[in-house]
This record gives sequence, C-alpha cells and structure tokens, in this order.
Amino acid sequence: MSTISSGPRPADYPNRRPEEAVAEPTVMTTADGTPLKVSLSRKLRRSKIKAMLLVAPLFVFLVVSFVMPIFDMLSRSVDNPEVPTELSRTVAAIEGWDGEGLPPETVFAAAFQDIKEGAQNRSIGRVATRLNYEESGARSLIMKTARNVRNAEMPANAKAFLIDIDEDWGDPAIWHVIQRESDPYTLSYYLAALDMEYNAQGEIVEKPEYMQLYVDLFIRTLWMSLLITFLTLLLGYPVAYLLANLPMRISNLLMIMVLLPFWTSLLVRTTTWIAILQSQGVLNDMMVAVGLISDDGRLQMIHNQTGTIIAMTHILLPFMILPLYSVMKTIPPSYLRAARSMGASQLYAFRRVYFPQTLAGIGAGGILVFILSIGYYITPALVGGQSGRFITNFIAYHMQSSLNWGLAAAIASILLAAVVILYLLYNRLVGVDNMKLG
Amino acid sequence: MPPSEQTDVLEPPHAGADGSTDAAFVSFRDVQKSYDGETLVVKGFNLDIAKGEFITLLGPSGSGKTTCLMMTAGFEVPTHGDILLKGTPINSMPPHKRGLGIVFQNYALFPHMTVAENLAFPLEVRSLPKAERAAKVQRALEMVRLGSFGDRRPAQLSGGQQQRVALARALVFEPDVVLMDEPLGALDKNLREEMQFEIKHIHENLGVTMIYVTHDQSEALTMSDRIAVFNDGVVQQLATPQELYERPANAFVARFIGENNTLVGDVVEMDGAAGKCVVRVDGGAEIKALPVNVSKTGERSTLSLRPERVVIDPEPGSLPNIFEADVEEVIYLGDHHRTRVNVLGNREFVIKTPNAANVRPHRQGERITVGWALEDCRALDA
Repeated sequence: MSTISSGPRPADYPNRRPEEAVAEPTVMTTADGTPLKVSLSRKLRRSKIKAMLLVAPLFVFLVVSFVMPIFDMLSRSVDNPEVPTELSRTVAAIEGWDGEGLPPETVFAAAFQDIKEGAQNRSIGRVATRLNYEESGARSLIMKTARNVRNAEMPANAKAFLIDIDEDWGDPAIWHVIQRESDPYTLSYYLAALDMEYNAQGEIVEKPEYMQLYVDLFIRTLWMSLLITFLTLLLGYPVAYLLANLPMRISNLLMIMVLLPFWTSLLVRTTTWIAILQSQGVLNDMMVAVGLISDDGRLQMIHNQTGTIIAMTHILLPFMILPLYSVMKTIPPSYLRAARSMGASQLYAFRRVYFPQTLAGIGAGGILVFILSIGYYITPALVGGQSGRFITNFIAYHMQSSLNWGLAAAIASILLAAVVILYLLYNRLVGVDNMKLG
Repeated sequence: MPPSEQTDVLEPPHAGADGSTDAAFVSFRDVQKSYDGETLVVKGFNLDIAKGEFITLLGPSGSGKTTCLMMTAGFEVPTHGDILLKGTPINSMPPHKRGLGIVFQNYALFPHMTVAENLAFPLEVRSLPKAERAAKVQRALEMVRLGSFGDRRPAQLSGGQQQRVALARALVFEPDVVLMDEPLGALDKNLREEMQFEIKHIHENLGVTMIYVTHDQSEALTMSDRIAVFNDGVVQQLATPQELYERPANAFVARFIGENNTLVGDVVEMDGAAGKCVVRVDGGAEIKALPVNVSKTGERSTLSLRPERVVIDPEPGSLPNIFEADVEEVIYLGDHHRTRVNVLGNREFVIKTPNAANVRPHRQGERITVGWALEDCRALDA
C-alpha cells in the first residue's frame, strides 16, 4: 500500500508541529535527557552479549577444527624445513656456488659433517626422504653415505672421500637439488602436484608424459563431478516437482524415501552398489537371465568410472532434491494456471514461468552437489578402481601411505583454490543471494 | 447500469445491441462436480451468461463457487454436465485454448518478470509482433493507471498495484470473458472499494463479459449485473442485486445478503391469491407477512425483515404490524444509529435510523413501538 501514497515522511505527521521540524536538527533524547542512540545501544548491549555467548562455542570449535587446519595445510604445502636445518653447513657453503661443474671442496666438507652429525642423531632419514622427492635415488645415496661416515674421521679430501663412497656425489644433479631446496620455503610440492619439475638448469618444465598423473586427475575429478551434478539434476528435478505438488499424504511418503538413504551408512550404500553392479552381481545376473547379454559378455560396471558415477549420483541425489524442493514448494500452482489461462501450452508455461523460478534451487543444489562431489573420497576409493579415482584419493594416499604431506597439502590447496574460483565464478553468474538451500 | 425492476431474473440486463439473442455466451448445463466420488461440491449448476454481462458467484467458502470458476477456466473437469462457450461445449478443451482472462486471488504475477513482461506474456504466446506488443502493453497499463510502472518487478508494487497489474494482464489480450477469483480479498477496505469501482468502470468501458467470484456480499451488490448466490453446491437465487436484497427467495439468501431481522413461527392463515399470510411467532403474537416460499397453514416459517424497513413509533393503525419493543442497546455509527431492541421475545432485533437533525436517538431501557409493512416482511422457509 505504501507505494500508492509513497509513505508519509516524518515531517508530514500531523501531530508534529512545523516549528519543531524546522528548529530541531539536534540529537534526539529520551525523556530523562540521555541521547537516544546511547540509550538504545545500552539496551541492545545485553542481547548482543547474549547472542555472542551462544555462538561462542561453535565459533571456537570452528577455529580449532576448521580454520587452523586449513592454514596448517596451506603452510605445509610450501614448508621446507628439512634441508635448511639438517644440512645447515652445506646450505651455507653452497650458497655462493655458481652451479658450474662440481661444487668446491668446502661444500663437500660441510656435507660430510652434516651427514655425519645427522647419522649420529638418527635424523638424517628426514632429509634423505625429502631429497628423494626431488631426485629419485637421493634417499639411498644419503643413507648409504650416512652409514659410511657415521664413525669416519674428517678426511683430508672430502670430495674424493664422498665420491668414493658413491659416485653419484660426482654428479652435479644432487648438488643442484640441495642448492635449490636450501630455502625454508619451496614451490616444488606445487610443481609436483601440477606434473611439473625443475630441470638441470633449474627451469620449470613439464614432467615426462609417463610421469604425469595429477593434472589428468584434476580434470577427471572436475568433469566427473560436473557429470554427477548434471545427473542428479536430471533425476532429482521431477522428484522434487512431485514432492512439492503431490497431496501431503503421498508427498510425505515420497519425502521419507528421499531421506531414507541419509539414515543408512554411507559405506553400506556404497558396498550395496558393489553387490549390484559387479560382474557376478545382481544386475549382471538379471541381464544374463533374461538373455540381454551372454554369460561371458558380462558388463564391467564397477571399479571404473561408471561405478563411481552411478554410486555418487545416488548418494548425492538428496542434496539436489532438497534445495529444489524447498524452492518449488514456494511456487504456487496458480502461476502455471495463470500462464495457461493466457494461452501458453503446458510445455511453454513450464519453460517460461516455472523453470525460471526454480533456477535458485538448481543453483543451490548444483553448487552443493558439485562441491561435495569434487571432494568426495570414500565412494571413488571403494568403487572407482583405476579409472574412477578422484584427486582426493591421492591426497589420502600421500597422507596415509607415502607420508608426503607436503604434496598432499599442495594438491589439497589446489583443489581448495579450484572450488573457491568456481564458487566465485558461479556467484558472478547466478548470484549466491539468489540461491535457496532450504 | 441500474438493475431491472422486474422480477424476471432470467432476463439479463445486457441484451445484444442488435437485438440478437446472445443470452447464452457462456452457459452451464446441469454441471455437477465431485472430487472424491462421494459428495458433490457442485450439485446441478445451471446458468446462462449474456455477452458483456457482469455475473457474480457469491457464497460462503466451500459453497462450490470457486470450483465453478475453475471448471470454466479448464483447471477442473465437470463430473457431469456441460459448459458451453459461444454455444460450443468446452469440457475437453485445454485451458490454454479457451482464451479466457483470469485474475487469481493471489494475483499470480510472475515474480521473475517485470510488469511489462508479465503483460506481454499472453501476447508473446500469441506471437504478436514486438512493436504491437509494446503498444498494447502500454495501453493496458495506462488503463489501470500504471503507465510508468512497466519496468518494475511485481514485488516492488503495493497490493493494490499488483491487483491492477493482474487485471491489466487478464485484459491485455482482449479476451471475451474474464474470470476473477476473489481478486480483492487481500486488499484493505478502502482500497477494495476503490478497486470495485475501477473494475466496474473497466467492465463498462470494454464491454467484456465478467464472471466474478467473491464471498463479500457488498462487493457483489456494488459491481454485478446479476448475482448467483451459492450455498452447499446449489444456486439459492440468481437475480439482480436489488432483487436479491429486496426480495430474497429463501432464508439463506436473506441471511447472507445484508443485515436481516428474523422471527420464526408457524403459518396460521394463508391467502396466496391476495399475497398475504399470518404467522404466529413462538411468543404468541401474530404477524402479517408476504408469503414467499410457504404455501399452506401449519408450515414453519422464517420471517425476514430488513432493519431499515422498520418504522419507529408509527401512527397507530398506519401499518398492519405494530408491536411494543424495549431498547436494549444503541450504537452510534456516524451516519446512522443501530438500535437493538427486544421485540416479541427476539432480543437481536435491529433497527437502523438515519442520523438526521430532527431524529432523537433512543436510550437504553426506553419502551417504544415498532411497525412494518406487510410487503417488507417476507415469510420464507424455516
């Protein structure tokens, strides 16, 4: 109603005398003379404190369990303490080396001392592993040297002594690596995560093709997540429509069926798909029984991309349906009726009137499913096989098996960056304000 | 359009200018509707609507009036009977082929389109050229006095403005028939009255046939050429507003339309030829009344009497019915006084007296006499 009269402005209130309106640009006060603003903020302070106290436990929990780990992970991806601390003398000595030929004798002597000390402290293994990430064979070289120098006296000619232990010390490559990794921060984890490395000249180049792994995995993770998002939309849209438009009694039942998977363990759901899809599984058996395929022509539907896509589409479906449903619930049937009364066919009315109004739900469900699936781990690990594996499986591998946490952190950081970039892009295109999660 | 004075309710006031009998522009033939197969929501609806007529379906909620409208629009299918548009049955015609303009209760303006896009929608469906579309949209917006609002979103408009946009959208493609489903229900009283006149004027200017559903009797009386009063799936009376108010056909219509005093009793004397009967109310007094749907003595009857037809302190002998009454309550309502009296044991008997200079308002506890004419007191079914 306000737009018709455009709302009376304060000065129009009849009970406000005109001279008051003119002569009173001063601060409004309460009856006892305190400025209105002071009085108001005093009254609000209590409720503000109360609200903050209510939020505080969750806030602390989030900082400890979410924000701090993320920063720890981000720092681990560039953190490089091994070489600077374990080989401190060598690092100092090699600083001035021009990289031509072999480093001078002082560097060999420093290395001898560092390795000997490291061997005696039993801390040499860390740097051996670290150098091995950059140069394969470096670990055995260092460990072998460590065994030999542990009880040795400082020789007159450290260069000859070390080369005598292992001729690899005579190869400038190992010295280049040590020189390069002598900073407390490194980019080499990120390079590894992007299938790149330093060459002998210290330039950043692509790894040889047979060593490339992660870029393809990133791309595969992205397109499979997109496909899964699209499939959940395709399957979820009609269900959400039914949920929103069927009579309460039936739609409640349907809603329970949508939510039922939430009450079952994720592992159970995933392994059920193994039982259904494997080559001796239910689906193949049925198809053989009805003669659709021959017994030796059983389809491989699990432990590959198909398996990952089917299982993840199923698991993530509710995350698409619920936001769609919550948006569709707010669209009264009279919109479609109005469109049809104006001459639009059912399809036209859907396309021009109904569908555009569900975009907010599609956006919300889409981004939810996409972000969830891009970081999904357990299902691809169980049913993905070789070809259906996600990048997350390699994060887990480097966390748990290879213990190369730096690389795991670098991959995870790239994944995080990708999600943030896609989210920003999405926000630009769709607008997060327009999306409804429920 | 003054309603006709005749009692012939089936003669629509809008006859075709050329004298043709287009009385059945829209007609309902024996329409029945059941949702559950057990009860009928609409029980045998018959109605002929003339071209250009403004028909209101009036009734309490659940009386079947909206169902009738939705069947006309094609969103519900009659369980039995036919709906004819220009003589052709449209039962199996899908809604988008019927070419009816509809204004919905909640306006149903598309929130993702601007006002102009909303209005252009029916034209776009009909693939009108762009320039023509824009011209028509602008003309329709100006008709509802929203000429400069084309670029706004519906959510940026007030309720009254949204209502006008909905109206313009239902009219912009020049349909022959416009259906309105309680379009003013969500507006406040002042705006509602303003809109009633606006709709009325648009109807008169465009000559479009309107079928209007409402539960608000004053709305119906203001706007309609004819009103069909619904109750319990049946049309209780189909008549002009004046006819409906002055001569309700049964007790339900009398109660539903306007304020009404009722006295219940038994018919003791019946003279159908002279158009009079005598009803002995439960207190024992006898009232002379006009028999409407009572036919013989012994029947139970509800007497209906409009508050403004009661005369206070009449000359003795000037009216056939004069009784003593005790003033129970006087309410001042600005332009008139509403006096509640106890007459013949009925303590809810209301009299309206205009607030004129020479009329002295009564006081509580005062004893007065009230009287009324035989024709004003209608003996209806119990």
